[in-house]
Amino acid sequence: MADIDALARRLRAELGSEQVVTDRHELRTYECDGLAHYKVIPALVALPHSAAQVAAVVKACAAAGVPFVARGSGTGLSGGALPHAEGVLIVTAQMRRILDIAPADERAVVEPGVINLQVTKAATPHGYYYAPDPSSQQICSIGGNVAENSGGAHCLKYGFTTNHVTGLQIVAPDGELVRLGGRALDPPGYDLIGAFVGSEGTLGVATEVTVRLTRLPESVRTLLAAFPSIDAAGAATSAIIAAGVVPAAIEMMDALAIEAAEAAVACGYPPGAAAVLIVELDGPVAEVEAQFEQVTALCTRAGAFELRIAADETERALFWRGRKSAFAAVGRISPDYIVQDGVIPRTALPEVLHRISELAASHGVRVANVFHAGDGNLHPLVLFDARVEGEAERAETVSGAIIDLCIEYGGSITGEHGVGMDKAKYMPRMYGQDDLDTMQLVRCAFDPGHLANPGKVFPTPRLCGERPGGDLAARFPGVEVF
Amino acid sequence: MAALDELTRPAGDDDHVGGVPARLVASPASTEEAAALVAATRDLTVVVRGGGTRLHWGPPPRSLDLIIDTRRLSGLVEHAAGDLITVLKAGTPLSELELGDQQLALDAPAGATAGGVVATGASGPRRMHYGTARDLLIGITVVRPDGVIAKAGGKVVKNVAGYDLGKLYTGSYGTLGLITECVFRLHPRPGAAAFVRSTAPAQAVSTILAAQVAPTAIEIDTATGELAVLLEGTPAGVRERSGLIEKLLAGEVSEAAPGWWGREPWASDEIGMKLSVPLSKVPSLIESGSALRGSAGTGVLYAAARDITEVERLRALCVRGGGHAVVLTAPAEVRDILDMWGPVPGLALMRRIKDQFDPGHRFAPGRFVGGI
Repeated sequence: MADIDALARRLRAELGSEQVVTDRHELRTYECDGLAHYKVIPALVALPHSAAQVAAVVKACAAAGVPFVARGSGTGLSGGALPHAEGVLIVTAQMRRILDIAPADERAVVEPGVINLQVTKAATPHGYYYAPDPSSQQICSIGGNVAENSGGAHCLKYGFTTNHVTGLQIVAPDGELVRLGGRALDPPGYDLIGAFVGSEGTLGVATEVTVRLTRLPESVRTLLAAFPSIDAAGAATSAIIAAGVVPAAIEMMDALAIEAAEAAVACGYPPGAAAVLIVELDGPVAEVEAQFEQVTALCTRAGAFELRIAADETERALFWRGRKSAFAAVGRISPDYIVQDGVIPRTALPEVLHRISELAASHGVRVANVFHAGDGNLHPLVLFDARVEGEAERAETVSGAIIDLCIEYGGSITGEHGVGMDKAKYMPRMYGQDDLDTMQLVRCAFDPGHLANPGKVFPTPRLCGERPGGDLAARFPGVEVF
Repeated sequence: MAALDELTRPAGDDDHVGGVPARLVASPASTEEAAALVAATRDLTVVVRGGGTRLHWGPPPRSLDLIIDTRRLSGLVEHAAGDLITVLKAGTPLSELELGDQQLALDAPAGATAGGVVATGASGPRRMHYGTARDLLIGITVVRPDGVIAKAGGKVVKNVAGYDLGKLYTGSYGTLGLITECVFRLHPRPGAAAFVRSTAPAQAVSTILAAQVAPTAIEIDTATGELAVLLEGTPAGVRERSGLIEKLLAGEVSEAAPGWWGREPWASDEIGMKLSVPLSKVPSLIESGSALRGSAGTGVLYAAARDITEVERLRALCVRGGGHAVVLTAPAEVRDILDMWGPVPGLALMRRIKDQFDPGHRFAPGRFVGGI
């Protein structure tokens, strides 16, 4: 820990002592992110106020060979911002300035600690908004969104964070400030923005983000459809896509998820539904009206027994409240639960859901399903009671088996929550060793010392400059591979 | 190297890149064959060739032993209509795709291949609505310069597992290896489409955007003085929206695109540039007096420059405005004394990427930014 003491002195001198935390008690408040069952107390927390200060921290880490982890609001669900016990946690929460709202360029320029929803709030008076809308948008930060390539309910039509970032200023793991892109599109050279967004803090720290602002749609129509079975709701989803409609969102909840949402926020969904769909269309009035008729007809044909159309913004908000509160709401019906995040091809939905319910039944746990049906992004909530002997383990088994199902059906181990600490072990099931080694080439270009968020995303990083093959520890005794 | 004879053939008269003749040509028919080829030719310099429609873009290679032609790496591997995705071998010509009532929404000239459009990062008018190859590519298979086959992404649109190598390969000009297979997100074909043609000035773009009609493309052409808008959707919706834009621009609704739509504004012996500027700078760029054409709705335009002075003038204008100006193509005598790429922020990191993927610098050497 001698290194950390020296580092703390250097950072206090460069940042000011109130921006450097070493008190054990205070450090504990940063021990986890949104995935609270992983806990690590960082050696030091830095609270920079500017890009230059982030660069100073990273430079000091690079010089001392100390790992660093960046953290935004700490809402991530994969342990991506879990601290390193011998490392520095760089908290960007103090960097909360919206630097520019430029409707004429259809861009906003913000610091990484700015809250997602604040960008939309600042842009709305100009007729614009920021499209990526993770359910945590009231508290999650843009810097965190960049690290995780966050999605949201509306990415079916509008894409993810990566489709909305046109410029970045980053601090590379050697401490250098680098500008990539800006307000104009297609900067020459490799698409380093594309590589950086979604790299989960392993390629550096974003210190300024230029995002696209999207024109507010002329009209938004929201439908709540109740179905007698999951299969019927799945069939309606497929029929909507097959008809050539691209809704802004198609969200599904099953009976157990509905039960939880009712208990928590009294959203008043139709009683007796085995599944509900929320379908939202947006765009020019003339388009939305025609397609909305089509969608309601398709839902009815697929067996919907009740259709509700949001009459106004209040009713629309109520439809969404049930959906957006679903994760937390599950706490009302179960003392503990695991939030899973996996992706399957949309057409496999009914089959995979059957297999999930078989898995749940055979292991004696309950699974509530909440998901972005339009793009096959499942969020099964595996319920358990940690006080009951063996339940946590069974829930963990089912949760892992669901991820295996996603891989089996040609999907992904994560659609929006990221790999982080939680899913690094699944990466070799989705990708071959050569694929993972190729990703490491990018890592080595940015971070040859493996100091940026080590231990996340990749299960077994190899030393840079070494060709794959062989056991690193055996070949380089005494070398620490974070 | 005994296998080299079986894997390659001697180059012909047409087998050159930017005037640099190749010695050998190979046309592997599968990813595995391509990997064997790349592994067996480890001391050769390589340029990958797709349909050849943009092979003249960029500086010529510093050295060229082998052209890897992707024409036999062709065909639709999968079209999962219900999932709105398709898997294509890299050499598949986009104009030959038959996807029924769905489409791969990339604008490309006849003969352009899937891999070529990805490698050049080329785009056209509809990028305003659908995005570009970087947005539509969801999975990729490549052969690295060391002959190793690697995949990234997958067959689902929503996927954040691991680094997005597809984006790194998009627009990399063949400098990171050979792309052999691409997975793309598809869109439904619109039920109706209409163009509104007008002679409104570039300032009208903000009026169109304010109208909330969700245009698919807004294109401008200084040679004809035209501003044209593409609207897609349902028949009734398109009728109403195009009628509105027709009034706003004092234009005319047309079923057909203007003749210049989506075409490069330069002749084959001229200097062709790609310019990008923040949206608010489009009007001043248009009024700068150069021959420009392109996406006024996104700020990505193309210019036919008369000479190096005009290249420098346009570049200064774009860079000062926070944008970029790249010379895509130029006659050999101009090209050789010109910095085709212009200023490249982040170049040091890019060099490190290249060094990691291709330490021998044998894939398209010298064709990319900073001499990469």
